[in-house]
Amino acid sequence: MREEILEILEKNSRIEIKDIAIMLNTTEEEVENEIKQMEKEQIICGYNTLINWDKTKKDLVTALIEVKVTPQRGEGFDKIAERIYRFNEVKAVYLMSGGFDLTVIIEGRTMKEVALFVAQKLAPLEAVLSTATHFVLKKYKDHGIPFEEPHKDERMVVSP
Amino acid sequence: MKPEMIATTIRNIPPSGIRKFFDIANEMKDAISLGVGEPDFDTPWHIREEGIYNLEKGKTVYTSNSGLMELRQEISTYLSRRFNITYNPKTQILVTVGASEAIDLALRALLNPGDEVLIPEPSYVSYKPCTIMAGGVPVTITTKAEDEFRLTPEQLEAHITDKTKVLILPYPNNPTGGIMEREDLEKIANILRDKDILVISDEIYAELTYDREHVSIASIPGMYENTLVINGFSKAYAMTGWRLGYAAGPEELIAMMTKIHQYAIMCAPTTSQFAAVEALRNGDSDVAEMRNSFNRRRRVMVDGFRKMGMDCFEPLGAFYVFPSIQKTGMSSEEFCTKLLYEQKVAVVPGTAFGESGEGFIRCSYAYSIDNIKEALRRIEKFMEQYQ
Repeated sequence: MREEILEILEKNSRIEIKDIAIMLNTTEEEVENEIKQMEKEQIICGYNTLINWDKTKKDLVTALIEVKVTPQRGEGFDKIAERIYRFNEVKAVYLMSGGFDLTVIIEGRTMKEVALFVAQKLAPLEAVLSTATHFVLKKYKDHGIPFEEPHKDERMVVSP
Repeated sequence: MKPEMIATTIRNIPPSGIRKFFDIANEMKDAISLGVGEPDFDTPWHIREEGIYNLEKGKTVYTSNSGLMELRQEISTYLSRRFNITYNPKTQILVTVGASEAIDLALRALLNPGDEVLIPEPSYVSYKPCTIMAGGVPVTITTKAEDEFRLTPEQLEAHITDKTKVLILPYPNNPTGGIMEREDLEKIANILRDKDILVISDEIYAELTYDREHVSIASIPGMYENTLVINGFSKAYAMTGWRLGYAAGPEELIAMMTKIHQYAIMCAPTTSQFAAVEALRNGDSDVAEMRNSFNRRRRVMVDGFRKMGMDCFEPLGAFYVFPSIQKTGMSSEEFCTKLLYEQKVAVVPGTAFGESGEGFIRCSYAYSIDNIKEALRRIEKFMEQYQ
Protein backbone atom coordinates (compact mmCIF):
# COMPACT_ATOMS: atom_id res chain seq x y z
CA MET A 1 0.00 0.00 0.00
CA ARG A 2 2.68 2.49 1.07
CA GLU A 3 4.86 1.67 -1.87
CA GLU A 4 1.94 2.11 -4.25
CA ILE A 5 1.05 5.49 -2.77
CA LEU A 6 4.68 6.56 -3.12
CA GLU A 7 4.83 5.36 -6.72
CA ILE A 8 1.78 7.46 -7.58
CA LEU A 9 2.99 10.55 -5.69
CA GLU A 10 6.46 10.32 -7.17
CA LYS A 11 4.94 10.72 -10.62
CA ASN A 12 2.40 13.37 -9.65
CA SER A 13 2.52 14.98 -6.22
CA ARG A 14 -0.49 17.17 -7.05
CA ILE A 15 -2.87 14.23 -7.42
CA GLU A 16 -5.88 14.38 -5.12
CA ILE A 17 -6.22 12.01 -2.17
CA LYS A 18 -9.60 10.81 -3.41
CA ASP A 19 -8.09 9.78 -6.74
CA ILE A 20 -5.34 7.81 -5.04
CA ALA A 21 -8.00 6.09 -2.94
CA ILE A 22 -9.93 5.06 -6.06
CA MET A 23 -6.79 3.94 -7.87
CA LEU A 24 -5.77 1.71 -4.98
CA ASN A 25 -9.26 0.52 -4.12
CA THR A 26 -9.20 1.87 -0.57
CA THR A 27 -10.63 4.77 1.48
CA GLU A 28 -9.55 8.40 1.52
CA GLU A 29 -8.90 8.25 5.28
CA GLU A 30 -6.57 5.31 4.83
CA VAL A 31 -4.55 7.13 2.16
CA GLU A 32 -4.47 10.34 4.16
CA ASN A 33 -3.26 8.54 7.28
CA GLU A 34 -0.54 6.71 5.42
CA ILE A 35 0.71 9.91 3.81
CA LYS A 36 0.72 11.78 7.14
CA GLN A 37 2.56 8.90 8.77
CA MET A 38 5.14 8.79 5.98
CA GLU A 39 5.67 12.52 6.27
CA LYS A 40 6.28 12.08 9.98
CA GLU A 41 8.73 9.25 9.36
CA GLN A 42 10.52 11.37 6.77
CA ILE A 43 9.83 8.79 4.07
CA ILE A 44 8.13 11.63 2.24
CA CYS A 45 10.59 14.52 2.64
CA GLY A 46 8.84 17.17 0.59
CA TYR A 47 6.86 17.91 -2.55
CA ASN A 48 8.87 19.43 -5.40
CA THR A 49 7.91 20.79 -8.77
CA LEU A 50 10.07 19.80 -11.70
CA ILE A 51 10.81 22.98 -13.64
CA ASN A 52 12.70 23.49 -16.85
CA TRP A 53 14.16 26.89 -15.97
CA ASP A 54 15.76 27.13 -19.40
CA LYS A 55 12.35 27.99 -20.76
CA THR A 56 11.88 30.90 -18.36
CA LYS A 57 13.60 34.26 -18.19
CA LYS A 58 15.29 33.41 -14.94
CA ASP A 59 19.05 32.89 -15.16
CA LEU A 60 20.13 29.72 -13.49
CA VAL A 61 23.38 27.81 -13.66
CA THR A 62 23.81 24.33 -12.29
CA ALA A 63 27.20 22.84 -11.52
CA LEU A 64 28.31 19.45 -10.36
CA ILE A 65 31.39 19.62 -8.11
CA GLU A 66 33.55 16.60 -7.45
CA VAL A 67 34.98 17.03 -3.99
CA LYS A 68 37.78 15.06 -2.36
CA VAL A 69 37.85 15.31 1.43
CA THR A 70 39.67 13.87 4.43
CA PRO A 71 37.21 11.91 6.51
CA GLN A 72 37.33 12.82 10.18
CA ARG A 73 37.95 10.42 12.98
CA GLY A 74 34.73 9.26 14.58
CA GLU A 75 32.60 11.31 12.19
CA GLY A 76 33.53 9.79 8.84
CA PHE A 77 32.19 11.84 5.96
CA ASP A 78 28.96 12.91 7.64
CA LYS A 79 30.30 15.95 9.45
CA ILE A 80 31.96 17.45 6.40
CA ALA A 81 28.94 16.64 4.24
CA GLU A 82 26.78 18.53 6.71
CA ARG A 83 29.05 21.56 6.65
CA ILE A 84 28.64 21.60 2.92
CA TYR A 85 24.91 20.93 2.59
CA ARG A 86 24.00 23.69 5.02
CA PHE A 87 24.84 26.29 2.37
CA ASN A 88 21.69 27.45 0.58
CA GLU A 89 23.46 27.36 -2.76
CA VAL A 90 23.95 23.62 -2.38
CA LYS A 91 21.00 21.70 -3.81
CA ALA A 92 22.23 18.16 -3.30
CA VAL A 93 25.13 16.29 -1.72
CA TYR A 94 25.89 12.62 -2.33
CA LEU A 95 28.61 10.41 -0.86
CA MET A 96 30.27 8.56 -3.74
CA SER A 97 32.34 5.47 -4.32
CA GLY A 98 35.28 5.74 -6.72
CA GLY A 99 37.68 8.55 -7.62
CA PHE A 100 36.27 11.26 -5.36
CA ASP A 101 34.18 11.43 -2.22
CA LEU A 102 31.30 13.87 -2.52
CA THR A 103 29.16 15.05 -5.39
CA VAL A 104 27.89 18.55 -4.66
CA ILE A 105 25.22 20.07 -6.88
CA ILE A 106 25.20 23.84 -6.80
CA GLU A 107 22.81 26.34 -8.34
CA GLY A 108 23.60 30.00 -8.90
CA ARG A 109 22.62 32.87 -11.15
CA THR A 110 25.85 33.00 -13.14
CA MET A 111 28.91 30.83 -13.70
CA LYS A 112 30.94 33.44 -11.87
CA GLU A 113 28.70 33.26 -8.84
CA VAL A 114 29.07 29.48 -8.71
CA ALA A 115 32.82 29.63 -9.27
CA LEU A 116 33.20 32.18 -6.48
CA PHE A 117 31.15 30.06 -4.14
CA VAL A 118 33.46 27.13 -4.78
CA ALA A 119 36.59 29.25 -4.41
CA GLN A 120 35.47 31.16 -1.31
CA LYS A 121 33.29 28.75 0.60
CA LEU A 122 33.85 25.20 -0.50
CA ALA A 123 37.55 24.87 -1.33
CA PRO A 124 38.84 26.62 1.83
CA LEU A 125 37.09 24.14 4.15
CA GLU A 126 39.74 22.40 6.16
CA ALA A 127 38.70 18.87 5.26
CA VAL A 128 38.41 19.60 1.54
CA LEU A 129 41.46 18.37 -0.37
CA SER A 130 40.40 19.32 -3.90
CA THR A 131 37.42 20.30 -6.04
CA ALA A 132 36.61 19.94 -9.74
CA THR A 133 33.72 22.02 -11.08
CA HIS A 134 31.60 20.82 -14.03
CA PHE A 135 28.91 23.16 -15.35
CA VAL A 136 25.68 21.71 -16.69
CA LEU A 137 25.13 22.97 -20.24
CA LYS A 138 21.77 21.40 -20.97
CA LYS A 139 19.34 19.21 -19.08
CA TYR A 140 17.81 16.48 -21.21
CA LYS A 141 16.00 14.56 -18.53
CA ASP A 142 15.50 15.05 -14.81
CA HIS A 143 13.74 12.93 -12.19
CA GLY A 144 12.74 10.44 -14.88
CA ILE A 145 11.05 13.04 -17.07
CA PRO A 146 12.53 14.05 -20.45
CA PHE A 147 12.61 17.83 -21.03
CA GLU A 148 11.33 17.60 -24.58
CA GLU A 149 8.12 18.48 -26.33
CA PRO A 150 5.13 16.68 -24.82
CA HIS A 151 4.58 13.21 -26.14
CA LYS A 152 2.02 13.22 -28.94
CA ASP A 153 -0.57 10.48 -29.07
CA GLU A 154 -0.15 9.06 -32.55
CA ARG A 155 -2.67 6.31 -32.21
CA MET A 156 -5.72 6.26 -34.45
CA VAL A 157 -8.76 7.78 -32.76
CA VAL A 158 -10.68 4.51 -32.93
CA SER A 159 -9.33 1.00 -33.46
CA PRO A 160 -10.66 -2.49 -32.78
CA MET B 1 -13.23 -3.89 -63.37
CA LYS B 2 -16.79 -5.08 -62.83
CA PRO B 3 -17.76 -5.31 -59.15
CA GLU B 4 -19.19 -8.79 -59.85
CA MET B 5 -15.66 -10.00 -60.42
CA ILE B 6 -15.09 -9.88 -56.66
CA ALA B 7 -15.75 -13.23 -55.00
CA THR B 8 -19.28 -13.45 -53.64
CA THR B 9 -18.15 -14.59 -50.20
CA ILE B 10 -15.95 -11.56 -49.80
CA ARG B 11 -18.47 -9.14 -51.22
CA ASN B 12 -21.05 -10.37 -48.73
CA ILE B 13 -18.88 -9.83 -45.68
CA PRO B 14 -19.89 -6.50 -44.11
CA PRO B 15 -17.06 -4.03 -43.49
CA SER B 16 -15.89 -3.81 -39.89
CA GLY B 17 -18.47 -1.92 -37.82
CA ILE B 18 -15.71 0.04 -36.19
CA ARG B 19 -14.60 1.39 -39.53
CA LYS B 20 -17.76 3.42 -40.09
CA PHE B 21 -17.39 5.07 -36.74
CA PHE B 22 -13.70 5.61 -37.26
CA ASP B 23 -14.38 7.74 -40.31
CA ILE B 24 -16.68 10.09 -38.40
CA ALA B 25 -14.44 10.26 -35.33
CA ASN B 26 -11.37 11.00 -37.38
CA GLU B 27 -12.93 14.12 -38.87
CA MET B 28 -13.51 15.68 -35.47
CA LYS B 29 -10.43 17.72 -34.73
CA ASP B 30 -10.76 18.44 -31.02
CA ALA B 31 -12.46 15.22 -29.93
CA ILE B 32 -10.96 13.32 -27.04
CA SER B 33 -10.99 9.61 -27.48
CA LEU B 34 -11.60 6.52 -25.40
CA GLY B 35 -11.74 4.56 -28.61
CA VAL B 36 -8.45 2.79 -29.14
CA GLY B 37 -7.59 -0.86 -28.83
CA GLU B 38 -3.91 -0.45 -28.07
CA PRO B 39 -1.78 0.58 -25.08
CA ASP B 40 -0.75 4.23 -24.67
CA PHE B 41 2.80 3.23 -23.70
CA ASP B 42 5.68 3.21 -26.12
CA THR B 43 7.41 -0.14 -26.44
CA PRO B 44 9.94 -0.26 -23.55
CA TRP B 45 13.25 1.20 -24.69
CA HIS B 46 15.39 -1.89 -24.14
CA ILE B 47 13.12 -3.81 -26.51
CA ARG B 48 13.24 -1.10 -29.16
CA GLU B 49 17.00 -0.85 -28.69
CA GLU B 50 17.35 -4.58 -29.36
CA GLY B 51 15.44 -4.12 -32.62
CA ILE B 52 17.70 -1.23 -33.63
CA TYR B 53 20.82 -3.19 -32.71
CA ASN B 54 19.81 -6.11 -34.90
CA LEU B 55 18.99 -3.81 -37.80
CA GLU B 56 22.44 -2.27 -37.42
CA LYS B 57 24.04 -5.68 -37.47
CA GLY B 58 22.28 -6.34 -40.77
CA LYS B 59 19.85 -8.96 -39.48
CA THR B 60 17.53 -8.15 -42.33
CA VAL B 61 16.89 -11.52 -43.94
CA TYR B 62 14.06 -14.08 -43.62
CA THR B 63 13.91 -16.30 -40.58
CA SER B 64 12.68 -19.89 -40.75
CA ASN B 65 8.96 -20.14 -41.54
CA SER B 66 8.07 -21.01 -37.97
CA GLY B 67 10.11 -18.11 -36.59
CA LEU B 68 13.54 -17.77 -34.96
CA MET B 69 14.34 -20.88 -32.97
CA GLU B 70 15.64 -18.60 -30.21
CA LEU B 71 12.27 -16.89 -30.03
CA ARG B 72 10.25 -20.11 -30.07
CA GLN B 73 12.44 -21.37 -27.26
CA GLU B 74 11.70 -18.23 -25.23
CA ILE B 75 7.98 -18.49 -25.96
CA SER B 76 8.01 -22.08 -24.78
CA THR B 77 9.77 -21.09 -21.54
CA TYR B 78 7.39 -18.19 -21.04
CA LEU B 79 4.22 -20.26 -21.52
CA SER B 80 5.46 -22.84 -19.12
CA ARG B 81 6.56 -20.43 -16.38
CA ARG B 82 3.51 -18.13 -16.64
CA PHE B 83 0.65 -20.49 -17.44
CA ASN B 84 2.03 -23.92 -16.69
CA ILE B 85 1.62 -25.27 -20.23
CA THR B 86 4.47 -27.02 -22.03
CA TYR B 87 5.14 -26.87 -25.76
CA ASN B 88 7.97 -28.22 -27.87
CA PRO B 89 9.53 -25.18 -29.55
CA LYS B 90 10.48 -27.27 -32.60
CA THR B 91 7.06 -28.65 -33.44
CA GLN B 92 4.36 -26.94 -31.40
CA ILE B 93 4.96 -23.19 -31.76
CA LEU B 94 4.45 -20.93 -34.77
CA VAL B 95 5.40 -17.25 -34.79
CA THR B 96 2.86 -15.17 -36.72
CA VAL B 97 2.18 -11.64 -37.91
CA GLY B 98 0.14 -10.61 -34.89
CA ALA B 99 -2.29 -12.85 -33.07
CA SER B 100 -4.78 -12.00 -35.82
CA GLU B 101 -2.83 -14.02 -38.38
CA ALA B 102 -2.84 -16.97 -36.01
CA ILE B 103 -6.64 -16.79 -35.73
CA ASP B 104 -6.98 -16.79 -39.51
CA LEU B 105 -4.49 -19.65 -39.99
CA ALA B 106 -6.12 -21.80 -37.36
CA LEU B 107 -9.59 -21.45 -38.85
CA ARG B 108 -8.33 -22.08 -42.37
CA ALA B 109 -6.42 -25.14 -41.24
CA LEU B 110 -9.39 -26.61 -39.38
CA LEU B 111 -12.58 -25.88 -41.25
CA ASN B 112 -14.32 -27.91 -43.94
CA PRO B 113 -17.29 -26.29 -45.67
CA GLY B 114 -20.23 -26.23 -43.28
CA ASP B 115 -18.24 -26.80 -40.10
CA GLU B 116 -19.59 -24.72 -37.25
CA VAL B 117 -17.54 -22.35 -35.14
CA LEU B 118 -18.89 -21.25 -31.77
CA ILE B 119 -18.13 -17.60 -31.10
CA PRO B 120 -19.06 -15.98 -27.78
CA GLU B 121 -20.15 -12.39 -28.42
CA PRO B 122 -19.55 -9.50 -27.87
CA SER B 123 -16.02 -10.22 -29.00
CA TYR B 124 -13.19 -9.12 -31.25
CA VAL B 125 -14.20 -8.30 -34.80
CA SER B 126 -12.25 -10.89 -36.79
CA TYR B 127 -13.58 -14.28 -35.64
CA LYS B 128 -16.76 -14.18 -37.68
CA PRO B 129 -15.34 -12.96 -41.03
CA CYS B 130 -12.34 -15.29 -40.73
CA THR B 131 -14.71 -18.20 -40.15
CA ILE B 132 -16.74 -17.28 -43.21
CA MET B 133 -13.64 -16.79 -45.36
CA ALA B 134 -12.47 -20.25 -44.31
CA GLY B 135 -15.79 -21.73 -45.45
CA GLY B 136 -17.15 -22.31 -41.95
CA VAL B 137 -20.41 -21.28 -40.35
CA PRO B 138 -20.19 -18.87 -37.40
CA VAL B 139 -22.56 -19.67 -34.55
CA THR B 140 -22.63 -16.87 -32.04
CA ILE B 141 -23.28 -17.36 -28.34
CA THR B 142 -24.51 -14.21 -26.63
CA THR B 143 -22.81 -13.71 -23.29
CA LYS B 144 -24.63 -11.59 -20.75
CA ALA B 145 -23.77 -8.67 -18.48
CA GLU B 146 -25.32 -10.49 -15.50
CA ASP B 147 -22.83 -13.35 -16.07
CA GLU B 148 -20.04 -10.76 -16.34
CA PHE B 149 -19.87 -11.75 -20.00
CA ARG B 150 -18.44 -15.16 -19.16
CA LEU B 151 -19.34 -18.17 -21.26
CA THR B 152 -21.60 -20.42 -19.18
CA PRO B 153 -21.67 -24.22 -19.57
CA GLU B 154 -25.43 -24.13 -20.22
CA GLN B 155 -24.99 -21.69 -23.09
CA LEU B 156 -22.16 -23.73 -24.54
CA GLU B 157 -24.09 -26.99 -24.36
CA ALA B 158 -27.13 -25.44 -26.00
CA HIS B 159 -25.14 -24.43 -29.06
CA ILE B 160 -23.15 -27.59 -29.73
CA THR B 161 -24.32 -29.64 -32.74
CA ASP B 162 -22.89 -32.53 -34.79
CA LYS B 163 -21.25 -29.94 -36.97
CA THR B 164 -19.44 -28.03 -34.24
CA LYS B 165 -15.72 -28.12 -34.98
CA VAL B 166 -14.29 -25.16 -33.10
CA LEU B 167 -14.96 -23.09 -29.99
CA ILE B 168 -13.36 -19.66 -29.88
CA LEU B 169 -12.56 -18.66 -26.32
CA PRO B 170 -11.79 -14.94 -26.35
CA TYR B 171 -10.77 -14.18 -22.75
CA PRO B 172 -9.75 -11.76 -21.28
CA ASN B 173 -12.31 -10.25 -23.58
CA ASN B 174 -12.25 -7.30 -25.91
CA PRO B 175 -14.65 -5.37 -25.68
CA THR B 176 -16.22 -6.38 -22.36
CA GLY B 177 -13.16 -6.83 -20.15
CA GLY B 178 -14.70 -10.12 -18.93
CA ILE B 179 -12.44 -13.01 -17.93
CA MET B 180 -12.83 -16.75 -17.34
CA GLU B 181 -11.51 -18.01 -14.03
CA ARG B 182 -10.38 -21.54 -13.26
CA GLU B 183 -13.78 -22.77 -12.08
CA ASP B 184 -15.48 -21.30 -15.16
CA LEU B 185 -13.00 -23.05 -17.41
CA GLU B 186 -13.40 -26.33 -15.55
CA LYS B 187 -17.13 -26.29 -16.21
CA ILE B 188 -16.50 -25.63 -19.91
CA ALA B 189 -13.89 -28.39 -19.95
CA ASN B 190 -16.36 -30.89 -18.48
CA ILE B 191 -18.56 -30.42 -21.51
CA LEU B 192 -15.79 -30.45 -24.09
CA ARG B 193 -13.62 -33.26 -22.76
CA ASP B 194 -15.24 -36.17 -24.61
CA LYS B 195 -15.99 -34.21 -27.77
CA ASP B 196 -13.95 -33.56 -30.91
CA ILE B 197 -14.10 -29.81 -30.61
CA LEU B 198 -10.95 -27.76 -30.91
CA VAL B 199 -10.68 -24.74 -28.63
CA ILE B 200 -8.98 -21.67 -30.08
CA SER B 201 -8.10 -19.75 -26.94
CA ASP B 202 -7.28 -16.16 -27.82
CA GLU B 203 -5.24 -15.05 -24.82
CA ILE B 204 -3.72 -11.87 -26.23
CA TYR B 205 -4.82 -9.94 -23.10
CA ALA B 206 -3.67 -12.63 -20.64
CA GLU B 207 -1.04 -10.41 -19.01
CA LEU B 208 -3.66 -7.73 -18.45
CA THR B 209 -5.66 -9.63 -15.86
CA TYR B 210 -6.20 -7.70 -12.64
CA ASP B 211 -6.02 -8.71 -8.98
CA ARG B 212 -5.78 -12.41 -9.96
CA GLU B 213 -3.81 -14.66 -12.30
CA HIS B 214 -4.87 -15.55 -15.82
CA VAL B 215 -5.61 -19.26 -16.31
CA SER B 216 -5.27 -20.85 -19.73
CA ILE B 217 -7.82 -23.51 -20.64
CA ALA B 218 -4.90 -25.55 -22.01
CA SER B 219 -3.75 -26.05 -18.41
CA ILE B 220 -7.09 -27.61 -17.36
CA PRO B 221 -6.76 -31.43 -17.23
CA GLY B 222 -7.84 -33.10 -20.46
CA MET B 223 -7.90 -29.87 -22.50
CA TYR B 224 -4.28 -29.59 -23.64
CA GLU B 225 -4.67 -31.99 -26.58
CA ASN B 226 -7.61 -30.07 -28.06
CA THR B 227 -6.55 -26.48 -27.44
CA LEU B 228 -4.69 -24.00 -29.57
CA VAL B 229 -3.35 -21.11 -27.51
CA ILE B 230 -2.96 -17.79 -29.31
CA ASN B 231 -1.01 -14.95 -27.80
CA GLY B 232 1.31 -12.15 -28.86
CA PHE B 233 3.34 -9.12 -27.93
CA SER B 234 0.99 -6.26 -28.81
CA LYS B 235 -0.86 -5.77 -25.55
CA ALA B 236 1.51 -7.08 -22.88
CA TYR B 237 4.62 -5.31 -24.19
CA ALA B 238 2.95 -2.38 -25.98
CA MET B 239 4.20 -3.66 -29.34
CA THR B 240 1.13 -3.33 -31.58
CA GLY B 241 3.01 -1.84 -34.52
CA TRP B 242 5.63 -4.61 -34.53
CA ARG B 243 2.95 -7.08 -35.65
CA LEU B 244 4.03 -10.16 -33.78
CA GLY B 245 2.03 -13.00 -32.30
CA TYR B 246 2.17 -16.75 -31.97
CA ALA B 247 0.19 -19.95 -31.74
CA ALA B 248 1.01 -22.96 -29.59
CA GLY B 249 -0.82 -26.26 -29.75
CA PRO B 250 -1.11 -29.77 -31.15
CA GLU B 251 1.72 -30.72 -33.53
CA GLU B 252 -0.53 -31.67 -36.46
CA LEU B 253 -2.42 -28.38 -36.32
CA ILE B 254 0.73 -26.27 -36.01
CA ALA B 255 2.21 -28.15 -38.99
CA MET B 256 -0.80 -27.38 -41.17
CA MET B 257 -0.94 -23.75 -40.04
CA THR B 258 2.76 -23.46 -40.84
CA LYS B 259 2.01 -24.70 -44.34
CA ILE B 260 -0.45 -21.87 -44.97
CA HIS B 261 1.82 -19.34 -43.27
CA GLN B 262 4.77 -20.47 -45.38
CA TYR B 263 2.92 -19.82 -48.64
CA ALA B 264 1.07 -16.68 -47.61
CA ILE B 265 3.55 -14.88 -45.36
CA MET B 266 6.98 -16.63 -45.42
CA CYS B 267 7.86 -15.49 -41.93
CA ALA B 268 7.03 -12.83 -39.36
CA PRO B 269 9.14 -9.63 -39.50
CA THR B 270 12.72 -10.43 -38.48
CA THR B 271 13.44 -7.24 -36.52
CA SER B 272 10.27 -7.75 -34.51
CA GLN B 273 11.30 -11.30 -33.70
CA PHE B 274 14.66 -10.23 -32.31
CA ALA B 275 13.00 -7.51 -30.25
CA ALA B 276 10.50 -10.06 -28.94
CA VAL B 277 13.30 -12.30 -27.67
CA GLU B 278 14.48 -9.38 -25.55
CA ALA B 279 10.90 -8.71 -24.40
CA LEU B 280 10.49 -12.26 -23.12
CA ARG B 281 13.93 -12.40 -21.52
CA ASN B 282 13.95 -9.06 -19.74
CA GLY B 283 10.46 -7.61 -19.94
CA ASP B 284 8.71 -8.97 -16.86
CA SER B 285 9.07 -5.77 -14.84
CA ASP B 286 7.76 -3.67 -17.74
CA VAL B 287 4.69 -5.85 -17.98
CA ALA B 288 4.11 -5.61 -14.23
CA GLU B 289 4.48 -1.84 -14.28
CA MET B 290 2.08 -1.39 -17.19
CA ARG B 291 -0.43 -3.79 -15.64
CA ASN B 292 -0.32 -1.79 -12.40
CA SER B 293 -0.86 1.42 -14.24
CA PHE B 294 -3.80 -0.01 -16.22
CA ASN B 295 -5.29 -1.40 -13.04
CA ARG B 296 -5.32 2.04 -11.39
CA ARG B 297 -6.91 3.65 -14.41
CA ARG B 298 -9.44 0.83 -14.61
CA ARG B 299 -10.59 1.63 -11.08
CA VAL B 300 -10.86 5.34 -11.87
CA MET B 301 -13.02 4.64 -14.90
CA VAL B 302 -15.31 2.07 -13.29
CA ASP B 303 -15.74 4.37 -10.29
CA GLY B 304 -16.52 7.29 -12.60
CA PHE B 305 -19.24 5.41 -14.48
CA ARG B 306 -20.81 4.06 -11.32
CA LYS B 307 -20.87 7.49 -9.70
CA MET B 308 -22.81 8.86 -12.61
CA GLY B 309 -25.30 6.05 -12.15
CA MET B 310 -24.44 3.92 -15.17
CA ASP B 311 -24.68 0.13 -14.95
CA CYS B 312 -21.18 -1.15 -15.26
CA PHE B 313 -19.93 -4.54 -14.19
CA GLU B 314 -16.34 -4.69 -12.99
CA PRO B 315 -14.10 -5.77 -15.86
CA LEU B 316 -11.15 -7.85 -14.67
CA GLY B 317 -9.12 -8.02 -17.86
CA ALA B 318 -7.93 -6.19 -20.99
CA PHE B 319 -8.22 -2.37 -20.89
CA TYR B 320 -11.89 -1.77 -21.58
CA VAL B 321 -14.96 -0.87 -19.60
CA PHE B 322 -18.29 -1.87 -21.11
CA PRO B 323 -21.07 0.13 -19.46
CA SER B 324 -24.73 -0.22 -20.34
CA ILE B 325 -26.45 2.78 -21.90
CA GLN B 326 -29.86 1.11 -22.08
CA LYS B 327 -31.55 3.60 -19.79
CA THR B 328 -30.96 6.41 -22.26
CA GLY B 329 -33.26 4.58 -24.66
CA MET B 330 -30.76 5.16 -27.44
CA SER B 331 -29.13 2.55 -29.61
CA SER B 332 -25.38 2.17 -29.18
CA GLU B 333 -24.64 3.79 -32.46
CA GLU B 334 -26.99 6.70 -31.84
CA PHE B 335 -25.46 7.22 -28.39
CA CYS B 336 -21.90 7.21 -29.71
CA THR B 337 -22.65 9.53 -32.60
CA LYS B 338 -24.49 12.00 -30.37
CA LEU B 339 -21.78 11.86 -27.73
CA LEU B 340 -19.18 12.54 -30.36
CA TYR B 341 -21.01 15.50 -31.90
CA GLU B 342 -22.28 17.06 -28.69
CA GLN B 343 -19.50 16.42 -26.18
CA LYS B 344 -16.68 15.49 -28.54
CA VAL B 345 -15.85 12.19 -26.90
CA ALA B 346 -15.18 9.14 -29.07
CA VAL B 347 -16.22 5.78 -27.64
CA VAL B 348 -17.02 2.66 -29.64
CA PRO B 349 -20.59 1.32 -30.02
CA GLY B 350 -20.96 -2.17 -28.55
CA THR B 351 -22.54 -3.28 -31.82
CA ALA B 352 -19.14 -3.09 -33.51
CA PHE B 353 -18.46 -6.35 -31.63
CA GLY B 354 -21.64 -8.17 -32.61
CA GLU B 355 -25.35 -7.52 -32.38
CA SER B 356 -25.25 -8.61 -28.76
CA GLY B 357 -23.27 -5.47 -27.99
CA GLU B 358 -26.43 -3.41 -28.50
CA GLY B 359 -27.09 -1.25 -25.46
CA PHE B 360 -23.42 -1.01 -24.48
CA ILE B 361 -20.42 1.13 -25.29
CA ARG B 362 -16.73 0.23 -25.18
CA CYS B 363 -14.52 2.71 -23.38
CA SER B 364 -10.79 2.13 -23.34
CA TYR B 365 -8.74 3.25 -20.35
CA ALA B 366 -5.44 3.11 -22.22
CA TYR B 367 -5.20 6.89 -21.72
CA SER B 368 -3.73 9.27 -19.18
CA ILE B 369 -5.71 9.82 -15.99
CA ASP B 370 -6.31 13.44 -17.02
CA ASN B 371 -7.72 12.33 -20.36
CA ILE B 372 -9.94 9.75 -18.68
CA LYS B 373 -11.26 12.22 -16.13
CA GLU B 374 -12.03 14.87 -18.73
CA ALA B 375 -13.84 12.27 -20.87
CA LEU B 376 -15.84 11.12 -17.84
CA ARG B 377 -16.83 14.72 -17.05
CA ARG B 378 -18.16 15.13 -20.57
CA ILE B 379 -19.99 11.81 -20.54
CA GLU B 380 -21.59 12.78 -17.22
CA LYS B 381 -22.86 16.02 -18.73
CA PHE B 382 -24.23 14.03 -21.64
CA MET B 383 -25.95 11.52 -19.35
CA GLU B 384 -27.58 14.26 -17.26
CA GLN B 385 -29.16 15.48 -20.43
CA TYR B 386 -30.46 12.18 -21.73
CA GLN B 387 -31.49 9.92 -18.90
